Amino acid sequence: MKCQKCDKPATFHITDLVDGKPNELHLCEECAHKFLAPAVDEAGESLPTMAGLLAQHLAVGETAEELARLDEVTCPVCGISFLEFRKQGRLGCPHDYVCFANELEPLLLNIHGETRHVGKVPKRCSNNAEQQTQLIVLRRQMKDAVAAEDYERASQLRDEIRAIERARETTKS
Amino acid sequence: MDLKELAKTSGEWLRGSGPQSDIVISSRIRLARNLADFPFIARATESDRDEIGRLLRERIETLHGAGQFTGQLIYVDVRALEEVDRRFLVERQLISREHAESEGARGVAIDPREQVSVMINEEDHLRIQVMKSGLDLNSAWEQINELDDLIEARVTYAYSDRFGYLTACPTNVGTGVRVSVMLHLPALVITRQIDKVFRSLQKINLAVRGLYGEGSQAMGDFYQISNQITLGLSEEELTKKVADVVPVLIDYERHARDFLIRESQETLHDRVSRAYGILRTAQTISSEETMHLLSSVRMGVNLGLINDLEIPTVNKLFIHTQPAHLQKLTGMELDTSDRNIERAAYLRRNLNNDRPRPEHN
Repeated sequence: MKCQKCDKPATFHITDLVDGKPNELHLCEECAHKFLAPAVDEAGESLPTMAGLLAQHLAVGETAEELARLDEVTCPVCGISFLEFRKQGRLGCPHDYVCFANELEPLLLNIHGETRHVGKVPKRCSNNAEQQTQLIVLRRQMKDAVAAEDYERASQLRDEIRAIERARETTKS
Repeated sequence: MDLKELAKTSGEWLRGSGPQSDIVISSRIRLARNLADFPFIARATESDRDEIGRLLRERIETLHGAGQFTGQLIYVDVRALEEVDRRFLVERQLISREHAESEGARGVAIDPREQVSVMINEEDHLRIQVMKSGLDLNSAWEQINELDDLIEARVTYAYSDRFGYLTACPTNVGTGVRVSVMLHLPALVITRQIDKVFRSLQKINLAVRGLYGEGSQAMGDFYQISNQITLGLSEEELTKKVADVVPVLIDYERHARDFLIRESQETLHDRVSRAYGILRTAQTISSEETMHLLSSVRMGVNLGLINDLEIPTVNKLFIHTQPAHLQKLTGMELDTSDRNIERAAYLRRNLNNDRPRPEHN
């Protein structure tokens, strides 16, 4: 099969998802590198753009269906979908590092050449990650309740949130 | 915080008194942190942002007098500022351009000596920054490490054992640290070696950025070198990566300057003198031209080709001739052509003494 951009044989088969529709690209090595090449962003930094990296990530053998399914995974805490993350390059909440962990690993490997943290650790164990994400969920529910004009539920949630915050204040050393 | 008063001074890091400060302008370390119990900025609602801002402001204000290094941090509501004041803070390197231009509840806590700034609700909930004059990364790290500990004792950071400090963008996750030095490299630009330098830095995962320019253009021949990766190496290792490369770059620049003196002393001297002459007598001058000429003058002072000017004055002029600074110093709103006239007047006033003016603190 010939490269779509030049006449050499195609050795890279890239499935790109554009607005949820799969777009299959068949490119030779040179054209593939140009397509996936790190762009220089506006600040003139030579950091690879998120889009470039994610495109590279996608080139790792996933089919269009697998990708479409992946894009629909959403974080139960903040509601962001993987597709939204891919598009804007920004995550929605700390829990995303849990629910998208498998997808983030190859991306982190690409960016940093490593996937595990080495270095400083906060002095106080931020145990109870669950309780923290609970607060994010509760706040979101409160916002939804207000939007739905269910003010009784909203004020219930607000009281719950305040109780948890107060409890955490007293357990802080 | 009275920005008008701040405008008249030039911040500690501009004094040009730190180590190797003929070539190294400043050292800067920044940490990205997020609170554990709020969404990241991209998914935060207006009321989330208000709450985050209030909480952080409250906690940071309790830092007065705590710890060895933190003096007083004064909170500035960035959203409430006028555009000229926001631009002023960007020119001072106390907030990023993104912070100035984005929407929503956001602020910054600044120490009056301008060594520390803590942005609230930029890309992450917290962007802590420490800046020092000259090459001084180790002491910058000590300072920011302590400040980070003090803040962390008052809030709960989003952190996982696996991925480290959690950030909105995966390019910052792990240590969340950006270590950078700002270098003045006019001779490498003149001798056309700067591209070669960039490429070799990129090979070892260091980013190079022109300062004060659009895209990769480096106005005034100032370049910022920083680490690209933040995960998998410790903060000390990442600091060392940048610190190790600086003496090599300083060496290249010094060699290039020596080369210019040996091979084309007259041309170099002429270049410097003409630059100085224009700056002292022009009636209207753009910001770009000013940066370009000041760069030659700064090198001239370093090489002893100009004897009646001091580096702190030159450093100050770089900042004070920027658009927002001019407007704050004159107290007037100025369009581009008025600014160019005002800039020229400011330069004439400051460069036409027999002796350098005593600095007012």
